[in-house]
Amino acid sequence: MEGTSGNRGPSVRSDCYVAITPATSGGIVTEIKSKSRVLFGRHIENLVREVLLYYGMEHARVAVEDAGALPWVMAARLEAAIKQIAPAQKEFLLPELPRNRQETARDRQRRSRLYLPGDQPKLMINAGLYGADGIILDLEDAVAPSRKEDARYLVRNALRNNDLRGAELMVRINQLPAGLEDLPFVVPQPLNLILIPKCESAAEVKAVDERIAELNPDPHRKIWLMPIIESARGVLRAFEIASASENVVALAIGLEDYTADIGAERSPEGHESFFARSALVNAARAAGIQPIDSVFSGFEDLEELRTVASHAKAMGFEGMGCIHPAQIAVVHEGFNPGEKEIAKAAKIVKAFEAAEKAGIGVIALGSKMIDAPVVKRALRTIRLAEQNGLLNPDWRESDEG
Amino acid sequence: MKDKLVKNEAGRWVPLEINGEPVIPYQGVGKYIPLGYKYAPPLPSCALYPGDGNKMVGSLREALEKAGLRDGMTISTHHHLRDGDFVANMVFDIAHEMGVKNLRWFPSASFPCNNHLIPYLEEGTISHIEGSMNGPLGEFTSRGKMQKTAVLRSHGGRVQAIQDGEVKIDIAVIAAPSADPFGNANGLTGPSATGVLSYADMDVRYATHVIMVTDNLVSFPCLPMQIEGNYVDAVVKVDKLGLPEKIISGTTQITRSPDRLIIAEMTARFCEHTGIIYDGCVVQAGAGGISLAIAEYMHQIMKRNGWKIRVGFGGTTRYMTEMLRDGTMEYILDAQVFDTESIRSINENRNHKPFTLNNIYNYHSKGNFAQFIDVVSLGATEIDVHFNGNVVTHSDGLLLHGIGGWQNCLFAKNTIIALPLFRDRIPVIVDEVTTLCGPGELIDVIVTERGIAINPLRTDLLEKVKGSGLPVKTIHELKEEAEAICGKPDKPRFTDKIVAAIKWVDGTVIDVVRQVTDY
Repeated sequence: MEGTSGNRGPSVRSDCYVAITPATSGGIVTEIKSKSRVLFGRHIENLVREVLLYYGMEHARVAVEDAGALPWVMAARLEAAIKQIAPAQKEFLLPELPRNRQETARDRQRRSRLYLPGDQPKLMINAGLYGADGIILDLEDAVAPSRKEDARYLVRNALRNNDLRGAELMVRINQLPAGLEDLPFVVPQPLNLILIPKCESAAEVKAVDERIAELNPDPHRKIWLMPIIESARGVLRAFEIASASENVVALAIGLEDYTADIGAERSPEGHESFFARSALVNAARAAGIQPIDSVFSGFEDLEELRTVASHAKAMGFEGMGCIHPAQIAVVHEGFNPGEKEIAKAAKIVKAFEAAEKAGIGVIALGSKMIDAPVVKRALRTIRLAEQNGLLNPDWRESDEG
Repeated sequence: MKDKLVKNEAGRWVPLEINGEPVIPYQGVGKYIPLGYKYAPPLPSCALYPGDGNKMVGSLREALEKAGLRDGMTISTHHHLRDGDFVANMVFDIAHEMGVKNLRWFPSASFPCNNHLIPYLEEGTISHIEGSMNGPLGEFTSRGKMQKTAVLRSHGGRVQAIQDGEVKIDIAVIAAPSADPFGNANGLTGPSATGVLSYADMDVRYATHVIMVTDNLVSFPCLPMQIEGNYVDAVVKVDKLGLPEKIISGTTQITRSPDRLIIAEMTARFCEHTGIIYDGCVVQAGAGGISLAIAEYMHQIMKRNGWKIRVGFGGTTRYMTEMLRDGTMEYILDAQVFDTESIRSINENRNHKPFTLNNIYNYHSKGNFAQFIDVVSLGATEIDVHFNGNVVTHSDGLLLHGIGGWQNCLFAKNTIIALPLFRDRIPVIVDEVTTLCGPGELIDVIVTERGIAINPLRTDLLEKVKGSGLPVKTIHELKEEAEAICGKPDKPRFTDKIVAAIKWVDGTVIDVVRQVTDY
């Protein structure tokens, strides 16, 4: 029996294809094809032997077709191939990159989340450089059914070993129940958030939450949840889903599947999904979590995206999905508070702070009374502006705003 | 040759003789001052040429025979037809038919289409190449298969070598997109238009015999005369000079790679923040994906500030002609045209002019335009921790690229190397470059997607970059970052055999390339 994993072909970069055939004698025989064989042939050879011996495989023929795979990529391919031949529980893990392991706040800003196909190492390597608030390693729709198993090892290793530079680390698992089988690969690793696709009930959220609790080695470490609503049924149950667990921090909508489900066609104006998006914003706000918009799939058209993002913000969304790095800056611009909005918020916050200081319960700006939700929104605007360098740090002292 | 090696000023062991001719080891930037006089070709006489000015001959073979093609000669060609060129290959097909041996090919650059010549290098029609060796030609050279030692020069170094008589051209075969029977020629029109013929300028002035080959014969006078016919011995009409779609690309494209766009954007921000670009600056942009993206970001910066670029040196692409058209750039001086839009521009816009390699790059002249460039962004295959650069070999030791104008551009006021920190697991920042092509003292800034390293000699830039928010690191930090991701690569192994010499802009030998060991 032969175990194989990875990708090969003229357009493949930063990946490798391995084929392992076990034998009964002769030791480990390698056949390495690599453009960087002169520079890294020895490293590749050593890694192959290390992984095979880790799994007690002393005799085998190993063919590697390498196109510049980094060690964590090659290790994932080797492990996946070996486990096809001899299933084993233990994992081959390279030392974890300490900076990937950091907790994220429940209400941190989630303007952009960049989707990366879970079986494409080339797209992962520089993913941390684009400045997305979150990075999603996708095990679901972006991975072909035949690649699902390979992707689990690759995503696990990417979370541990690929420098993702402080982005919130997210994994989109498969639709339940298969998604529950993805969790053991990723929960023990540096990870902040699980996206639950095609979510239709609170029970699904609870199932994921419970499985995470079983797998999480540190009970104090938070792994947040972001269910994605992608059906008519999901929309009707949005509040129930949003409030299914205290770990749910955001509710996202997936419009491609939703419009198909209701028998509509996606239009640029989005009339067909207005109800769903509005219902989702309402449900998320009622549950005290962040409403997040769908992805914008026309990644060439950044001007259109700019409009879409600012409309989404106007509807109450706090962020949206990105399928190309070029979208990130545009999405951030769209969701960042505008100049006028910041100036207005600054006035309100100043008035609020002055009233608090004076012990007055009622806040007024000129002759207008300011209610608590308005203050809350103003505080959020100011916080976002400060985080993104849109507001002078000493704005309280300045006369502006 | 082994016993005659000396250590040059850059610390590289180089020979004192190449292919039996004495050479001078590199002495440092601006240290070698030549003596003597320029080379001159034999004096011609008008009396020996047709009185009616018609120099047409029936075929290229006839022209080569009339020029006395024989063993050991030096044949020059230019590379304006790039990967679409038929002419250089035609010349050696004929030489092979004629049974001529040991020719030295002296192109201004080679392209994948010239892989056609590998059999001729194997069986001895061509003994060696002095020019550039790309892809399979480079690999052929690196494996020690070329009969003599190859010599690599920059575009400026090639001009200097012709002028100084280091390379005496016996026959220059010049592909001319338009020519008249007297030999006046230009690149502006015709089915194989190249816009300019700048790379042929020195060859026609210094070669003993000059043959113009055209697929667009016009009656006298062919105007403007980018090449003057009174340097020309013979004119040949052929069906096709080359494949138009490979001579000029329909459109040159900015890189779409998000990583490379990060590099380009960071480079442009660096230039703006440090004041390297300003109203009235002089720039040179290449045609590589990152360079085009940098040009496009700079375009935005210039417009936002209401600045103008006084002059842009080409290699011209539509990104430059667009700046010329909207007034962001006042002039283009052009030695090479890359796309159809630039061909249109040089035909129509009076502020877009051809210029010669002699004027911008010849180090043995009374000044170079290259020195006026405020900022140039270049690539490299390797940069070492001393900022030395390599553009010809890869880290595995294989010769795969020519020098082009790279060495010449290092004389710009600010030289930026913009490149990814690693490619297919191979780090670009190394302890010591495999082949030294440019000394670190001329390389000012390295911009990668993971940070910017400034040459410690540029204390002014180190000061100006403060407060920019740009990720400035030391070159050692960048190297360590790449090695943490990729691992530390092993070194290639070489035999003692020297397969190629790398000339510096002044004709001295800065380094050599050795035969790779197969393992």
